[in-house]
Amino acid sequence: MTATWVAVLVTAAGCYLLKLGGLSVPPRVLEHPVAERIADLIPVALLSALVAVQVVARGHEIVLDARALGLIVAVLLLLVRAPFLVVVFGAALVAALARMV
Amino acid sequence: MTDAPLEPTLDAAERSSIIRDSLGVGVATGAYGVGFGAVSVAAGLSVAQTCVLSLLVFTGASQFALVGVVAAGGAPLSGAMTALLLGTRNTLYGLRMAPLLAWTGWRRVLGAHVLIDESTAMAVTRESVPAARLAFTWTGASIFVLWNLATAAGAVAGNALGDPRTYGLDAAVGAAFLALLWPRLHSRTNQVVGVAAAAVALGVVPLVPAGVPVLAAAAVALIAGVLTRGARP
Repeated sequence: MTATWVAVLVTAAGCYLLKLGGLSVPPRVLEHPVAERIADLIPVALLSALVAVQVVARGHEIVLDARALGLIVAVLLLLVRAPFLVVVFGAALVAALARMV
Repeated sequence: MTDAPLEPTLDAAERSSIIRDSLGVGVATGAYGVGFGAVSVAAGLSVAQTCVLSLLVFTGASQFALVGVVAAGGAPLSGAMTALLLGTRNTLYGLRMAPLLAWTGWRRVLGAHVLIDESTAMAVTRESVPAARLAFTWTGASIFVLWNLATAAGAVAGNALGDPRTYGLDAAVGAAFLALLWPRLHSRTNQVVGVAAAAVALGVVPLVPAGVPVLAAAAVALIAGVLTRGARP
């Protein structure tokens, strides 16, 4: 089995147990305010980091290319409240066009 | 709504209104699956791996995180770690939903699989157990069906396209993460955490293996959570 399959199955098992655990454990377990705040901030931190790495990292280097242009388009589309798929494929379209010229 | 009596059952009008709203959210959200399918095969996962992710992981941000880390050249297991960290928010949703759904046995085991952002959002405001169950089940089930069909369509189409960079699909990954992040940037604390996390991740990009920068950024959430102790959200 390849490393990717292992990662897929580990993620599947772990994500399911995280969901089932929430429905099953007594609420007191995670009712600490600091724990709640950290849990609220983790998606913000991870998604921000994923945006940054995805857009300007290539291997161990920081590179500004068509992906950055795509991200600017995504920001503009989000500002005008475009739907998710328009944002995603709009960014792709602009990056693809930028690579053609 | 506040002066409504606590009804143990729902009348027909309320039932159909809840089902209609849930299906609307289901259709709109399920369609994102096309984006996930296309992005996942662009990241180098096979069509089968992509479809298994949507069937078994079934929580969008975690799925995007796993394929995003793999796309950046990271070890698949760092991608899995990132996906699991993102999946922790579903645990919090579960804590909130448990008394509202009041499910035990096989219903809880099945229901847990569709415990995600949207099913929680549609059910958490309901004032009775039957209303919460109805909204949760219809939203969760309609997203599950459509998300998986859309994933398969996106993966097959993405696979047929050839080199994903020609179509800018590598740029689509960053846009997808930004779109998932956008609604969470409402408060100043969250904005500061977002900028700091991005800076930490990029700061360590030259130093550590791919995939690790994103995990390092999780430390920003830990530190900010402790430092904002006592502050009102």
